[in-house]
Amino acid sequence: MTSWPDPMTQAMSAIADRKEPALRAAFPVLWHNGLIAAGTWLLAAAVTFFLPDIVPYGSRGLFAGILAAGAAVLIVLSFLADRLGRIGRGLVHYGPWYIALGIWLAIWELITAKFGWLPKPFFAPPHGLFHVYVTDWERLLICIFYTARLWSIGFFSGIAFGFVLGVALGWSKTFAYWGMPVLKLIGPVPASAWIPATFFLFPTTFQASIFIVALASGIPVAILTASGVNTVNRAYYDVARTLGADGRFLVRRVAVPAALPNVFVGLFMGLYYSFAILVVAEMLGAKYGLGWYLQFQTAYSAYVNVYAALIIMALICSGLVKLLFLVRDRLLSWQKGVVQW
Amino acid sequence: MVAAATLAERSTQTGLAVDLHAVSHQYDLGKSILPVLDGIDLKVAPGEFVALLGPSGCGKSTLLRLAAGLETPARGEVLADGVTVTKPDPSRVLVFQDPTLFPWRTVRDNVAIGPQARGVLAASGARIDDALKLVKLESFANVFPHQLSGGMAQRAALARALVNDPELLLLDEPLGRLDSLTRLSMQQELLALWQRAGYSVMLVTHDVEEALLLAQRVIVLSERPARVKAEIVADRPYPRHRDDPWIVDKRREILEILGFAE
Repeated sequence: MTSWPDPMTQAMSAIADRKEPALRAAFPVLWHNGLIAAGTWLLAAAVTFFLPDIVPYGSRGLFAGILAAGAAVLIVLSFLADRLGRIGRGLVHYGPWYIALGIWLAIWELITAKFGWLPKPFFAPPHGLFHVYVTDWERLLICIFYTARLWSIGFFSGIAFGFVLGVALGWSKTFAYWGMPVLKLIGPVPASAWIPATFFLFPTTFQASIFIVALASGIPVAILTASGVNTVNRAYYDVARTLGADGRFLVRRVAVPAALPNVFVGLFMGLYYSFAILVVAEMLGAKYGLGWYLQFQTAYSAYVNVYAALIIMALICSGLVKLLFLVRDRLLSWQKGVVQW
Repeated sequence: MVAAATLAERSTQTGLAVDLHAVSHQYDLGKSILPVLDGIDLKVAPGEFVALLGPSGCGKSTLLRLAAGLETPARGEVLADGVTVTKPDPSRVLVFQDPTLFPWRTVRDNVAIGPQARGVLAASGARIDDALKLVKLESFANVFPHQLSGGMAQRAALARALVNDPELLLLDEPLGRLDSLTRLSMQQELLALWQRAGYSVMLVTHDVEEALLLAQRVIVLSERPARVKAEIVADRPYPRHRDDPWIVDKRREILEILGFAE
C-alpha cells in the first residue's frame, strides 16, 4: 500500500471538513468584545475599590461591586450572545461601546477621586454621582414626578396650541397677514423673557411655569407647521377640489398630512427647547422638580448632585426624543426611503 | 373583465355636454397681464371624445381648468349641460400630466379621495375595488405612490378620476411623461374605458398622432393667446392604426396648420 491518499480517504476527509462548521455550531460562538468589556469593567472596579480616594465620596464599595457584577454579566453574555437573537445582535453591535465605557470609568476615577486632577467640589468621580442616587433617591424621584407633571402639561398644551396656530397661519391669508409679523417678533425672544408678564397674567406660579414651557415648545411647532402648510404643492388642492373636496377636507386631509414632515421638525425643536427652559420655569416658586433641584444644589455648591440630576434629565430627554422618532417613523412611513420593499 | 363591466354598468349617465361660449382668459402677472385664451367657441356633444392640439404654452391647460371649474373665465361663459360652471364638481374630473397622487396615502386611499370628500366612503368600497381592477392595479392597492412606476401612477390617477363616475373626463396630457411603449398601451386603455363608460372626454395633447388615434374631433389651437385655428372631424372606426393612410394624411395636414410644413 502506498501512502498516497486514495480517492476514498480524500472523500472522507472532505466530509469531515464539511462537518466542522456543524460541530462548531454546537458550541456557541464566543462574543470576544464582551470578554474584553468585562475586563475593562473589572479594571474600573479595581481602580475604584483598591485605590484610596483623596477626599472620600461615599458608596465606593457598592459602586465597585456593581461594576464587578456588570463584568460578570458580560462574561455570561459573551457565551450566550450567539443564542439571544435580536438582543444578542444588539449587544454585539454595541460591544466596542461597552469596552470604551469601562476604560472611560477607570480614567474618570483616576483623574477625579484618585489623583485629584479635577478636584472636588467642581468634579466628581462616577461613584460620587452614584452616591447621590443612593442617598438622595427619594427626593430625586419626587423631583422627577414634579418635572414630569410640569413638562407634560406644558409641552402637550404648547404643541397642541402651536399646531392649531401654525395651520391657521399657513392656511388663512388674513391670519398670516396679522399673525406672521407678531410670531416673527416673538419667536426669537427666549421664553424666559416673559417671566415678569407671566407673574401678572397667571394667578399661580405653577400656571406661569406651564405657560413658559408651553411657549418654548409651541413657537417652533407653530412656525414650522405654518411654513409646511404654506408650501404644500398647490396641485394637491386642485386634485382634491375637482374630486369634490370642501375647505374642511382640504385642511384636514391635504394641508395637514402634507405638512406633517415639517410639523415633526418643529416638534423635535420644541422638545429640546422645552427641556432647556425647564430650569428657568422651575425658578418660579417651585417646591420640587429637576430644574429646581439643579438650582438648589448649585446654590449650595453641591455640584455632584447637580451632575447627578443633569444625567437624569439627559436620559429622560433622549428617551423622549427616541419616542418621538418612533412616532414619526410610524406616521411618516409613506416617505421615500423610510419604507422599502 | 367582470369588474370593469360592473363599473361601466353602474354609470347611468351618458356624458356631459360642454359649451364654451366666447371664452377669453388672462393671468395677472403683477406687472403685466398675460392673455391666454382669446374668444374660444367650442361645443362638446354628450359622450364625444375631443382632442385639443396646440403649441406648448398656448393655453390648452387653462381651457381644461376652466371646464373643470378650477377657474372662471375673464370673459365668456362655460356651460355644462346648459348650466354655468362656477366651481369644481366631481362629475367633471381633471387628470393632470403629473399623476399628483397624495404620497401619504396608499394607492387605494388615493382612489378613495373622491368618495371620501363627498362623504360616501363607507358605501364605496366595492366601487373603489372595481376602479382599481379597471386599471389593473388591484394587487398594488396597499402600496405607497413612490413605489409605483410612471405608468402605474398615471393609471392610479385615472382610477381616482373614474371612481367618481365622471360625466366629463378632462385629460391634461396624461400620457406626456410616459415612455413610448407604456404610452401606446395607455392610449388603448383610455379608448377602451371611454367606449365602455360613455363619458365625454376633452384630451389635451401635443402628440398629433395620439389625437388622431383617439378623438372623434381634433381642435387645433393657435399660439398664445389661443384661438380655434382648425377643426378636423375624425369619424374613422376604432381601432385605428397609425399607418392608416387617412391618419398619415391628416397628420401631415395638422402639422402644416401648426407651421411644420415639410
